[in-house]
Amino acid sequence: MSFRRFLAIMRARNKEFWRDRAALAWNFIFPIMVIGGFAMAFSGGAPDLYKVGITATQSSQNLHFEETRYIQFIPVTDLSAAITKVERHQLDMLISPATRQFWINESSPAGYLLERLLNSSDAGFKREAVTGEGIRYVDWLISGILAMNLMFSALFGVGFVIVRYRKNGMLKRLKATPVTAFEFISAQVVSRLWLLLSVSALVFILTDLVLDFRMYGSYLDLLIVFALGAICLISLGLLIAARLASEELAGGLLNAISWPMMFLSGVWFSLEGVNPWLVKLAQILPLTHVIDGARAIMIDGAGLMEILPNLMALLVMTAIFLFIAARTFRWE
Amino acid sequence: MPPFLQVDNLIRHYQGVKAVDGISFAIERGRCFGLLGPNGAGKTTTVEMLEGINEPTSGSILYQGRPLGRRFRDEAGIMFQTTALQDYITVRETLEMFQQIYPRTTPLQDLIESCSLEEFLDRDTRKLSGGQRQRLLLAIALVNDPEVIFLDEPTTGLDPQARRNFWELVQSIKQRGKTIVLTTHYMEEAYRLCDDIIIMDHGRIIAEGTPDALLAKHFGEVVLQLPAADFPADSTPLDAQKSGDVIEILSNDLNSTINRLTEQGVSLAGLRIRQRTLEDLFLALTGRELRT
Repeated sequence: MSFRRFLAIMRARNKEFWRDRAALAWNFIFPIMVIGGFAMAFSGGAPDLYKVGITATQSSQNLHFEETRYIQFIPVTDLSAAITKVERHQLDMLISPATRQFWINESSPAGYLLERLLNSSDAGFKREAVTGEGIRYVDWLISGILAMNLMFSALFGVGFVIVRYRKNGMLKRLKATPVTAFEFISAQVVSRLWLLLSVSALVFILTDLVLDFRMYGSYLDLLIVFALGAICLISLGLLIAARLASEELAGGLLNAISWPMMFLSGVWFSLEGVNPWLVKLAQILPLTHVIDGARAIMIDGAGLMEILPNLMALLVMTAIFLFIAARTFRWE
Repeated sequence: MPPFLQVDNLIRHYQGVKAVDGISFAIERGRCFGLLGPNGAGKTTTVEMLEGINEPTSGSILYQGRPLGRRFRDEAGIMFQTTALQDYITVRETLEMFQQIYPRTTPLQDLIESCSLEEFLDRDTRKLSGGQRQRLLLAIALVNDPEVIFLDEPTTGLDPQARRNFWELVQSIKQRGKTIVLTTHYMEEAYRLCDDIIIMDHGRIIAEGTPDALLAKHFGEVVLQLPAADFPADSTPLDAQKSGDVIEILSNDLNSTINRLTEQGVSLAGLRIRQRTLEDLFLALTGRELRT
């Protein structure tokens, strides 16, 4: 391993990235556009339907309140998770008919109205007040969008580019020099990692200035999650690029991997309530662990210990991807 | 002292096809060694095995008596038939990148002068003309001050002017005592640049030697060309070949042939005499045209 050769390759790659204005602009503008678009789309005030969580009841306990129109009643099983949702304004009210309790959020106008409705139809419920700020969709979405951008940029920026270099003979040219495969690959990884993290940080800062995201955890922890995620996704890109020489095939494969990841890893919507089989499948996708980890830090203020399973999953996947990529890598 | 590059019984098979089928030769230090042959003869496969890019199926290659290794990679300069350069960086930056890769390097200014790169030094490598690009690729091959330089069909696709300029560059490298290995299917290029040549066809060597020795060995004759119209009817000599409007006569005694033509009443006003070329040699050896 020669550090000088590593630096030479990395510098050239960095220059290529910064000078390719179209790709660079796309890397910045795409996530900002998506976040901005969703922020506008979901800023239209309160939804026109009230959401009330209700724990399982026997038929004898049916409430008159449940007959109220324009209220969506959502059955809940996990009481503490449902209370958290009331704190975050994701539920306007939670009712437990068995214990004759209800929960509302003190700072929610919907909670105030629902409380009056409940008291007028069914008497004798005990009021439990919780507090907490509402979570907007954009607060929830930001981790997903940043991670998605990370994924596309890592997979295509490393995987696709290496296949192109192989096809057009640049790898062959380097093979004829003292540069080793390890020097070349680590230069690509470090170059892309550095670019990914700076782009993500800049997008985060710019959108945060306008939208003021909910951020309860530590910025350092968030950086660690994104860095591990970026390394893992870059390794996946390397694995795909290890020996392909066709850009079309590489593009197809990269799309076949990135699109399901985008939908199954919870970028746009939570997987709660979907087919359990899909939820299990999502666990083997690296993007799921990046997004879950980042959301836990930003929204719940989780520390690294609490998201340890996500971090471990990313590390294990990275090791597997890199091992196979190194074993199968070809210059030509 | 072992030969500079020694090749013994080199074989390379691709899925049952014998691209290179048991060739042996030696390259002496300071010579320009040419591999000639039509497309598909096995030239590029051979030269890529010499460069250490392609693994032989069997056979041995020794560089100064040792198998190709680290020292060879440091001391070899290679110009491939097709090479992509990193996009979005300039000619100067490309050379600087390659300089940082090698332990020993030629100073940038020397490269710029010897390959005439001044006028487009700060241009993006994507915006170079064919000739400029070949000059940059040659400069990259020279960046590590190599002992041996491999040029794989370096002038294919260049216009005649650019090709002649490139030949001058190669001549000047030769004058500095470097060993050059050149593949080409332009016989004129081989004749001008090479000290020794081998001619390959179907993965085998079909002739080897210096260009002049090869021509002398295979052809004692010169070729006389006359317009067919200058021959009286039914007086075509037996050893003549008609190609289009021209009659070609092979001769190893020019005086007697001309005397005979004069006796037959053939006008010599349109006479042209040419030497046999490597082109003719290839045709004679393989029965095929070279560039098909």
